[in-house]
Amino acid sequence: MDPVIAFIIAKYNYWMYIILMMIGLCGMIIKKNLIKKIIGMNIFQTAIILFYISIAAKKNATIPIIAHAHGDGHAAVNAAGIINPLPHVLMLTAIVVAVATLGVALALAIKIYRQYHTLEEDEIISQIRE
Amino acid sequence: MATIYSIKPLLAVIVSLLLIPVLISSRTPNIREGWTFAIALAKFLIVASMVPAVLLGNQIVFTVAEIIPGLAIRFKVDALGILFALVASLLWIVTSAYSIGYMRGLKEHSQTRYFCFFALALSATIGVAFSANLLTLYLFYEMLSFATYPLVTHHQDREARSSGRKYLLYIVGPSIGLVLPAMLICYHLTGTLEFTPRGFLAGAASPLMTAVLLFMFIFGFAKAAIMPMHAWLPAAMVAPTPVSALLHAVAVVKVGVFSIARVMTGVFGVDLLAGLHLGTIVCYIAGFTVIVASLMAISQDGLKRRLAFSTIGQLSYIVLGVALLSPKGMTGGLVHIAMHAFGKITLFFCAGAIFVATGKKYISEMTGIGKRMPVTMVAFFIGSLSVIGLPPTGGFFSKWYLVLGTLESGQTTMLIILLTSSLLNAAYFLPIVYHAFFCSPEKAMFGDDIQEAPLWCVVPPVITAAGSVFLFFYPTLFVRLAELAIGL
Amino acid sequence: MNSHFPALIIVVPLLSAFVIVMAGWLNKKYCFPLAAAALGSSLVSAVAMLSRVMDSGPFTYHLGGWAPPWGIEYRVDHLNALVLVVVAAVAFINLIATRAIVRADFPEKTGSFYGLYSLFATGLLGVVVTGDAFNLFVLLEITALTGYALIGIGKQHAPLASLNYIFMGTIGASFYLLGVGYLYLATGTLNMADLALHLSKISGSTVVLAAFLICLTGLYMKMALFPLHAWLPNAYACAPSAAAGIIAPLTTKVMVYVLIRITLFVFTPAFTYAHLPLNQAMIWLASLAIVMGSILALSQKSLKKILVYIIVAEVGYMVGGLWIGNRISISGSILHIVNDAAMTLCVFLAAAGLQFKLKGDSFIALRGSFRKMPYTMAALVVGGLSIIGVPPTCGFFSKWYLISGALTAGTYQFVVALLLNSLVNVVLFFRIFEIGYFEPFPGQDSHRGQKAQAINEAPLSMVAMLLLVSAGLIALGLFSSDMVTRIILPSIPAGIL
Repeated sequence: MDPVIAFIIAKYNYWMYIILMMIGLCGMIIKKNLIKKIIGMNIFQTAIILFYISIAAKKNATIPIIAHAHGDGHAAVNAAGIINPLPHVLMLTAIVVAVATLGVALALAIKIYRQYHTLEEDEIISQIRE
Repeated sequence: MATIYSIKPLLAVIVSLLLIPVLISSRTPNIREGWTFAIALAKFLIVASMVPAVLLGNQIVFTVAEIIPGLAIRFKVDALGILFALVASLLWIVTSAYSIGYMRGLKEHSQTRYFCFFALALSATIGVAFSANLLTLYLFYEMLSFATYPLVTHHQDREARSSGRKYLLYIVGPSIGLVLPAMLICYHLTGTLEFTPRGFLAGAASPLMTAVLLFMFIFGFAKAAIMPMHAWLPAAMVAPTPVSALLHAVAVVKVGVFSIARVMTGVFGVDLLAGLHLGTIVCYIAGFTVIVASLMAISQDGLKRRLAFSTIGQLSYIVLGVALLSPKGMTGGLVHIAMHAFGKITLFFCAGAIFVATGKKYISEMTGIGKRMPVTMVAFFIGSLSVIGLPPTGGFFSKWYLVLGTLESGQTTMLIILLTSSLLNAAYFLPIVYHAFFCSPEKAMFGDDIQEAPLWCVVPPVITAAGSVFLFFYPTLFVRLAELAIGL
Repeated sequence: MNSHFPALIIVVPLLSAFVIVMAGWLNKKYCFPLAAAALGSSLVSAVAMLSRVMDSGPFTYHLGGWAPPWGIEYRVDHLNALVLVVVAAVAFINLIATRAIVRADFPEKTGSFYGLYSLFATGLLGVVVTGDAFNLFVLLEITALTGYALIGIGKQHAPLASLNYIFMGTIGASFYLLGVGYLYLATGTLNMADLALHLSKISGSTVVLAAFLICLTGLYMKMALFPLHAWLPNAYACAPSAAAGIIAPLTTKVMVYVLIRITLFVFTPAFTYAHLPLNQAMIWLASLAIVMGSILALSQKSLKKILVYIIVAEVGYMVGGLWIGNRISISGSILHIVNDAAMTLCVFLAAAGLQFKLKGDSFIALRGSFRKMPYTMAALVVGGLSIIGVPPTCGFFSKWYLISGALTAGTYQFVVALLLNSLVNVVLFFRIFEIGYFEPFPGQDSHRGQKAQAINEAPLSMVAMLLLVSAGLIALGLFSSDMVTRIILPSIPAGIL
């Protein structure tokens, strides 16, 4: 039992993102309210962003900013003591994408509301079937 | 046996395609029909100009383009191809004349569309005739299927719609579902699709695979109307009669049997088929069709339907002849392509002329018509003699060779089938002629107001009937071409 | 100038999108010429790049001058260049063809529409030209977002359809991003060529396999492979005609391109084809997609819905061709990207024209259409024959290669699925043709004696483009051998038999 628990605790970041992802996915599939679905989608995307950030972290490492470095910024750096900045940078883009998707989704939800006067998926479908 | 490289095959195929825009833009019907004649004549002359070279044993080849690495659209004019092309292009001239009379006589609609698709269909027919490999043949075969659909469904009414569906189902279905995979399997097994004198499939496939491929081709080329792939042909009789005449007596159906003959000789080869006894099996299948079709013809009251079932039977004669795998038998089968064409087209022309003049479609309503339309019915009589196979018509020769072929290859069952079917042919044709001419005045159904159809509708059957008789006295051209085709 | 085409091909439409939107505030008439100029220049760049690749082989371009693997690299090889030409050409032709439709449908939103259109084209072109896995994600999302917007401005159920598309599309893109994350985790690089090098050394690891499967799932969702196709029918059918003309032919095909890029060039054939059960399962899935697409299409009652399910089936062609794994079938798959884009463009433009003039595309609205719109229907006939697979149109040739490849590999279920699909397509298209040909349109008693006054054709720009594309279908067919030998076969990696 102990090795299993140790295994789970050691990889806790992966478990966290998987749980978040599943919550988001379940929300998107199970919930009937369009806004809840959109929130589920956002949680889903956030989980992946968290995953990327988590793989950038290192033990006993500091943030990737070199103080007083202009002019002679070519000094060698101890890479092991600095967390990986690349995933953070990539995720900036991914966050922008997620926000843009959220924006488009909400705009469409507004348009749907204006058209069907409800945000519940089953009610909308029954309106369409008529 | 030299190979000549010349653009003539391509010209023969596309001359009618190129002139379709001219047809569309013709300002008056007379100009349009004049151009149709000109195109038909040009096509025939190009084809005829290649005959002397082929008679000397040469082939004329033209490669259009390589469309798959290793496979090209290629034309090869040899004896078999030119036999068929000659018949088709010659009869198109006559049919154009007939179409004019028929379409104008009935004031049909959309005549420009009709003539354009007719030109397209003839291009495809000559394309099939001159194909050098299976891919080219398949290409033009499909082109013909789709080009003839608007012609079959010309009247655009309910009947045309359901007949059009049958047409597609029976013709396009098997060609996509059977011929295409068979062609691909052949290519996969041997790496080539070119028709070669002794076939190219020998040794490449197991006997079972070879048999399966053969049956896929025979039933896949459903234009040959081998049973059970025959049901489209009677349904296609809703088309205007010139369509039935040229396409379903000459072009479309002969494309089907021509393709089967081509595949049997050029892909499989006589030796392979004989070695696996596949020829005998095909003989039985064709023989079955012959008998059943002839029996069904007797029960039909619609004249065109009776002719359609007669065609189904006659087409299987051709396949039977080729499947006999003996020189005389194969010659007979191939010569029958020409003889049957002349005879059948005469019969269809007469049926159409009767419809134009009297509006009658059913045989039971045609008693006593001989007195009013003597020329038409005499032509009908000659045409039926040719189909039955009696002298002095060309059909006698092909039947004669077929009979000799069955004796040559020892297939006595086939001999019995041939003779029985000839009797059946007589049984369903001669009564028509008899009741047309010899009936008591009370039973005659036509008053003095009925007379011969317009000249455009009467002269063509006379020409083709005369052609049938001419072929009795001078069959040498077609016999020689057929003999060259099978390698004698 | 010559060497900057890889960047220009996306920068020009990207910047023009903003210019178009601003110009739209000034005067709506400026939008179309600007968009046409932008996409025209992309087409020119694409063609220039293709000829350069055909002459001197693949070349690379470093964005901003930064060398890979730190900088983003654009790598143009035969596969890329071909798909770029296809995307640029389809975008350009559709733009011109739907000019009148946009003017009629979106009189006030012309600037926004053309802006979104340019951005959509940018995204697609970028996805094809890039050589960096994360850059691909970014451009993928640009494509997706503009696509959602373009679909969402349609009528009726379009907003709902678009929202459902957002949900599934986001899951798909996120899975792809996750897969790339795993790859980065395992190798430390995002550059595709670099990834291939590193992955070949660690191909036994579970991380790589997990990344592979997750990426595949994400891409399958984006390309609507059955059973992950549920978003496509509604989204494409409800989209406005002008947008459907670019979204339908291109999105799924570009996703197939990405699939080929990832499986053959990042994960390398040695890894991709090493797991036999997976390959077999994929081929069965593809065959199922083809069959189900055909069956679902049979029950539809409107032209666009039928065409949309045909797209679902066509995706199965390309995926199956890839997984069969020999040179011929992969050539067939790549050739089908080109052919299917062209065929889908042809039929969707025809459907757009029909819907525009006949005010609907249900079976009832299409009655007598051969009489009323002969040129549009002629183009639909050519497109239909191509989808059925009749030579000499292009559809026949991709089928030929796919079936040949399947016969060589012994995957007969794929052959059966392809032939079945052809036969079902005959039924589907001839049902439409029958309605257009046999049924008299309202006001006509019978077919006798009708004159040419009944003709009420689509606008000239539409008809001209339709005829161009129809002729293109036949030309593509006749030149397919050239394309295969000179462009497609060289693009397939050497390790495949």
